[in-house]
Amino acid sequence: MDLIWYGIVQAVGLLLRADPDVMAIMWLSLKVSGIATLLSLLVGIPLGAAIGLTRFRGRGFVLSLVNTGMGLPPVVVGLFVSIFLWRSGPLGFLQLLYSPTAIVVAQFVLAFPVVTGLTAAAMQQIDPRLRLQLLGLGASRAQMLGQLLREARFAMLAAVMAAFGAVISEIGASMMVGGNILGYTRVLTTATVLETAKGNFDVAIALSLILLGITFVINWTLTALQQRGAAR
Amino acid sequence: MTRMWGGLAVALIATLAAGHVQAQAPARGEVILSTTTSTQDSGLLDVLVPLFERPSGYRVKTIAVGTGQALAMGARGDADVVLVHAPSLEKKHVAEGAFVNRRMVMYNDFVVVGPPADPARIKGMRRLAQAFRRIAESRTSFVSRGDRSGTHILELALWEKAGTKPAGDAYIQIGQGMGAALNVASEKGAYTLSDRGTYLALQKRLSLEIVFEKARPLLNLYHVMEVNPARFPKVHAAGGKAFADFMVSRAAQQVIERFGVDKFGQPLFFPAAGKEESEIEAGGPDD
Repeated sequence: MDLIWYGIVQAVGLLLRADPDVMAIMWLSLKVSGIATLLSLLVGIPLGAAIGLTRFRGRGFVLSLVNTGMGLPPVVVGLFVSIFLWRSGPLGFLQLLYSPTAIVVAQFVLAFPVVTGLTAAAMQQIDPRLRLQLLGLGASRAQMLGQLLREARFAMLAAVMAAFGAVISEIGASMMVGGNILGYTRVLTTATVLETAKGNFDVAIALSLILLGITFVINWTLTALQQRGAAR
Repeated sequence: MTRMWGGLAVALIATLAAGHVQAQAPARGEVILSTTTSTQDSGLLDVLVPLFERPSGYRVKTIAVGTGQALAMGARGDADVVLVHAPSLEKKHVAEGAFVNRRMVMYNDFVVVGPPADPARIKGMRRLAQAFRRIAESRTSFVSRGDRSGTHILELALWEKAGTKPAGDAYIQIGQGMGAALNVASEKGAYTLSDRGTYLALQKRLSLEIVFEKARPLLNLYHVMEVNPARFPKVHAAGGKAFADFMVSRAAQQVIERFGVDKFGQPLFFPAAGKEESEIEAGGPDD
């Protein structure tokens, strides 16, 4: 119990002092997971909308693939991204392994099925008559799509939260493709594991609390946006 | 409504823009060092690496994994230089041509630790192999790293020498690092093999005592090896060599000698550049 209390005190101390190491790790976590989430939105929203709104052969199979992807184990993604990025691997010439970019790639692979799956589900929930009505009112396809996305916006903010939450908290992929390099690819989760291995449980607890705090603040902001939008 | 999406877009663009702020490119390229967890967990590399980076202009990417994996990375050409502690395995890789220029950097030693009550009555024993045999026969639990690390490789060799091994539930293979192994041993009242440095670092929180120490097989020798550029053309040979040279340099050896003294009252590693294995004093029997 003392240890947890001491960890909380440490966490507050590290934040108040704006400890440069901790700030750098925190900032890197936010940056990497933020970019990965953004990229997953760029790919996942159009893809999810396409799957949700159209009917084609093998659609059920594609949807099953996406839904499986929502539960991809980070270590599996980490392993495959590593194999591709090794010097001896097919993409080795890019020299990306053990860089923040490699973590972004792995986290993108983890996040985009989440966004795709949740977008597809949100699109399917929209009353199909709305589409007919929009087209009937003379909307172009693009206008219709825009209107449908607006209709599904709350569900999609949930997709943003789910994707971001999944990637900022994962460790397997970040450890494998990033390498937990001090001042370069050390993020909050990998730093927590390292401090635990070092026996610095108080620092590990402090880092965990900071991670929880960040996730909470971001979800709080997104939820506030969502609910404010809903109230109108 | 538009404002909600606007806010989100601004947040995302800010994140993206931030992504462009990259760390300054190193002047002379990157060196990938694959090494064992003990050099990182002890904090030694956090001190040594910057001392190398600043004057040389290289950036070192330290990948701390088990010795087995560190050697495998090097043997695939995915690292430039390795700092590891499994002499038998190292020699095998050198013989196969994966590495060149194997040089001793430093050493410390392993200790056998166990519950203070010492249920297998190991304290006071003279021979390491006998001690291991008694642990197995007493059916007391033993925690094995089980991760192909240098420590694990040594442990397996010691069981072989003892001619036995704990059976069934008494042999706990955790597949994790040294810190985790010590914690499990402490919680389960089991014996384990640990490097002295990690044990000293965690000692406060453990109910484990040293039950056997100082025998030649318990010496923990760290060697630096360069990945063979003749075999792997993509290897950053100059960088790897520069780092290896630095590790056996006077400056680095002096840091190694003093490292940990302020915190633990004794050094965690002893410098050994230029020495032969046979020159290192084990302080105890040869087996």
